[in-house]
Amino acid sequence: MKTILTHLRAYRRDCVLAPLFKMLEAIFELFVPLVVAAIIDRGIEGGDRTVVWQMGSILVALGIIGLCCSVTAQYFAARAAVGSAASLRRALFAHIQSLSYTELDQLGTSTLITRMTADVNQVQSGVNLVLRLFLRSPFIVFGSMIMAFTIDVPAALVFVVTIPVLSLVVFGIMCWSIPRFKQVQGALDRVLGSTRENLSGARVIRAFGREAAERDEFDARNSALTALQLKVGRMSALMNPLTYVIVNLAVIALVQVGALRVDDGILTQGQVVALYNYMSQILVELIKLANLIITINKSLACAGRITSVFGVKSSMTVSASPRASGDPTAPAVEFRGVSFAYAGAAEPSLERLNLTVPRGQTIGVIGGTGSGKTTLVNLIPRFYDATDGAVLIDGVDVRDYAPDALRQKIGVVPQKASLFAGTIRDNLLWGAHAGDPTDDAALWQALELAQAKEIIERKEGGLDARVEQNGRNLSGGQRQRLTIARALVGRPEILILDDSASALDYATDAALRQSLRSLTDTTTFIVSQRAASIRHADQIVVLDDGAVVGIGTHDQLLAECPVYAEIYYSQFEKEEK
Amino acid sequence: MKKTSTLRTVLRRLRPYRGRIALTLIFAMAQVAATLYVPILVGRAIDCIIAPGQVDFAAIAALLVTIAVVTGIGALAQWLMNLTNNAITYGMVQDMRRDAFRKIQILPLSYLDRHPVGEIVSRVVADVDQFADGLLMGFTQLFTGVVTIVGTIGFMLSIHLGITLIVVLITPLSLFVAAFIAKRTHTFFRAQSEARGEQTGLIDEMIGGQKVVQAFGMEARVLDRFDAINEKLRAASLKAIFFSSLTNPCTRFVNSMVYAAVGVVGAFVAIAGGLSVGGLSTFLSYANQYTKPFNEISGVITELQNALTCAARVFELIDETPQIPDADDAVVLAEPAGAVEMQDVAFSYSPDRPLIEGLSLTVKPGQRVAIVGPTGCGKTTLINLLMRFYDVNSGAITVDGHDIRTVTRHSLRQSYGMVLQETWLKAGTIRDNITMGRPDATDEEVIAAAKAAHAHSFIKRLPDGYNTVIGEDGGALSQGQKQLLCITRVMLCLPPMLILDEATSSIDTRTEHKIQAAFATLTAGHTSFIVAHRLSTIREADIILVMKDGHIIEQGNHESLLARKGFYYTLYRSQFAQ
Repeated sequence: MKTILTHLRAYRRDCVLAPLFKMLEAIFELFVPLVVAAIIDRGIEGGDRTVVWQMGSILVALGIIGLCCSVTAQYFAARAAVGSAASLRRALFAHIQSLSYTELDQLGTSTLITRMTADVNQVQSGVNLVLRLFLRSPFIVFGSMIMAFTIDVPAALVFVVTIPVLSLVVFGIMCWSIPRFKQVQGALDRVLGSTRENLSGARVIRAFGREAAERDEFDARNSALTALQLKVGRMSALMNPLTYVIVNLAVIALVQVGALRVDDGILTQGQVVALYNYMSQILVELIKLANLIITINKSLACAGRITSVFGVKSSMTVSASPRASGDPTAPAVEFRGVSFAYAGAAEPSLERLNLTVPRGQTIGVIGGTGSGKTTLVNLIPRFYDATDGAVLIDGVDVRDYAPDALRQKIGVVPQKASLFAGTIRDNLLWGAHAGDPTDDAALWQALELAQAKEIIERKEGGLDARVEQNGRNLSGGQRQRLTIARALVGRPEILILDDSASALDYATDAALRQSLRSLTDTTTFIVSQRAASIRHADQIVVLDDGAVVGIGTHDQLLAECPVYAEIYYSQFEKEEK
Repeated sequence: MKKTSTLRTVLRRLRPYRGRIALTLIFAMAQVAATLYVPILVGRAIDCIIAPGQVDFAAIAALLVTIAVVTGIGALAQWLMNLTNNAITYGMVQDMRRDAFRKIQILPLSYLDRHPVGEIVSRVVADVDQFADGLLMGFTQLFTGVVTIVGTIGFMLSIHLGITLIVVLITPLSLFVAAFIAKRTHTFFRAQSEARGEQTGLIDEMIGGQKVVQAFGMEARVLDRFDAINEKLRAASLKAIFFSSLTNPCTRFVNSMVYAAVGVVGAFVAIAGGLSVGGLSTFLSYANQYTKPFNEISGVITELQNALTCAARVFELIDETPQIPDADDAVVLAEPAGAVEMQDVAFSYSPDRPLIEGLSLTVKPGQRVAIVGPTGCGKTTLINLLMRFYDVNSGAITVDGHDIRTVTRHSLRQSYGMVLQETWLKAGTIRDNITMGRPDATDEEVIAAAKAAHAHSFIKRLPDGYNTVIGEDGGALSQGQKQLLCITRVMLCLPPMLILDEATSSIDTRTEHKIQAAFATLTAGHTSFIVAHRLSTIREADIILVMKDGHIIEQGNHESLLARKGFYYTLYRSQFAQ
């Protein structure tokens, strides 16, 4: 709620003007029954045709003024709603960009996308409706009552009784229904779950012959859904008949009171008709208000979800006096007693790692799935903060660097080779930092190093060939090589290849390693499941379930580290060694 | 043409409810009649209140009692109509969902493979729901709307012809106004949805790749791009929303003009003595009421058209041709020994692209068959055929001498234990997932199977052990853990034949080693087919099938195939040797 208000602040003027004009429109509408009363009392009873003409013109004028007010109100409301939604969307996007990997993991991509799109849209229509209608309906309801008072106090008392009773019924039924609508949604979700399982798991369900059990489950959920729908339906079915009865009882009372007052000479016939018209208006507006509240309720739920994303703050703090560079004589990378556990995980994913990497070395990281390989390399560019110990680059704790300065030193090739819509050039330039050469020669050099030169050469348009969203017009291997080239464009001091050659065939993989070896100033980390990819590294770190079980060269590890030996021999024949 | 056939299907499905539909129509008419009668009664009552001393209290009392009674009848009729409509709609929708689900269970795999899960799910859930909404709205509003219009005209005519004509002729103007605005705003809406699509694309890409965005410090540049699109969307939305929101004020304006016209003309007629004040009041309240169903009906018709489109999509699913049912005399395969034979099998997913041709293979009970070959060579297809997820185009597959097309699908599939490349777990507890093949297994058996599959150690570390609830996609479990669960599932029922489809490809080498050891002991005496990438798996097989482009190009064991120095030799050198 507060979030929306913040973004509406820039549209303060529109937020005042929209309801204001709506109220003006309502006021003009409230005059109509009085004009009609005049037609009856002075025109018809008095037989005065001029009055009828005059009053008729007033009705037309009221209609035109009402239209103008209403259109103006719609404009301001639309402007405020659309503008605040755009500003909200921008703020949300910027906020998501400020989150660290830990929070991104927790929130999940699909959730964030829904918040950015569907939820913001719902908030937009909520704001629009509130500005347009939320004030109008109560205004008409209470305005009618006030107008009734100006006509006759005892008759107005009928309104005083009717309005609360009507509100009680309308809002009572709604308050009862809204939580039940959620239950219905929940029941529908369960039906959906059953259906999806039977599609995505069709092979397994058929293989295990579980069709009958699944059918029973679906039928039970389907019946539960229907039962709930009928239950909620029974209550909402009461809404219209009940309000209808109340309003008509009020009309009966009004006619009775009116008859007495006319007989006493206090009211005229036309005024009784006016009172009757006011009563009719109230019902229409209350029903509108009830529907409006349902929409607002939905919008508020969406706003709440958006607010909760804003509530998630980056767990990564930037040092107050960040450093831009380190000590060029210190080791390139150093892990000092580093442990790391993912947020909410019981077991650490990496435990007490000590490792010193001199400049220019190549480090291989190997181990089974979930052994902590990716975790290890993700700590270097400070995608995550170590829960214990420290990671140092050029002798300086990564937490003391300015984030930009740190990431400028490091080129990362993530496990998932994601490219973005644009040209090949656009994608490669992602890797370039201020001061890096970005001419074609530099790009081609990076491509050549990444064994991607001939892919681009064969593409129509070369560097300007289109890359579709997520790079889906390229094969897995092509994407991997382009992501490597992208990392190389920035001439990183430290290069991290996180299982980045998995889609490459053996020959390309070997050629790639060969060409990377020519980057003698670059410290390289290679994460792999393939022993062949890392066996020539200067140091190999062997991980098993988050624990470091060996650090050394290939020959040392083969002799001393049983886990390494096991991995190696499972991929290579003993006799070939 | 298609619309009418959908409509016919809807009507056919409504047939069981025809009694209730007749009821709801009667209720609707009663309700509308009552609703329309009340203003007339009020008008008459007002005519009894002329001036001091000219008030006919006796007549008023009688009229008010009548109003109360008519109101009561109207409200009751409306309530019953609502209940009946609910019962019809939700009942019919439940039937539709049930039928759609039953169809899903017997659709051939070829259909399911061709259609994305999301698409079919949206037919069963969203489309049916939309249809229900449309149907309910149609029942409650369309019919009452039409009756109200006809009834109003009738009642108005009974009071005064001239004024009735004014109302009847001017009111439809609001429909034209609404249609005019809708047509004009269409372009704005298209611009909006284009901008929105563009923005969603960007959001999807950038939030999906947020880690990369941050790794390369591209936040500012991405935000610039976002801002540009966001501004475009804002401008487009403003136009679309503003112009479309003109409909309401404009139609309301037309209505107020009708109201004014009735007021003025009515007054003149009244002065001339052709109409009472009560009659005028009745007319004014009709003028208000009469426009309402018009505005509603245009909405209802759009809604109904939409509902019919949705219904058509559901019926399309329900009417889909199911797989060929089991023959009446189909054999129940009980504990087969596991002799599998393929005789000159040909198969392809689409006729213009032949895939498997002339495939023959004899597997003796208890043999291990490893299937190797490059991607797309037909390995998965072989499994589809063995399990009879697909039927062969020609030739035959037999198990213990029975053509599998003469055997019940259920018993055939129960004879196989299958672990697919893509793990699939059901939402539920770990235990539910393991006992899928044998719901009656004891805890001891479950734990024993889990231990044999090396899954016990990670399961017992989960918050609730075997009772931990997992989501459909396995939730927080790692890919390796999911596969261990799938293996446990097969381990528990251990059918005579096994099919393993690259099941261990994303389990790390060490775990895989242990699993293979477990499998080796447990599969002793079981026929098994393994789509394998790992050298160790392949080497231990009795028969290696080397597939390429749907053909088995080489067949033999590891040593004999290596010695042949053919395709297998090349494959082996490129994948496993340095």
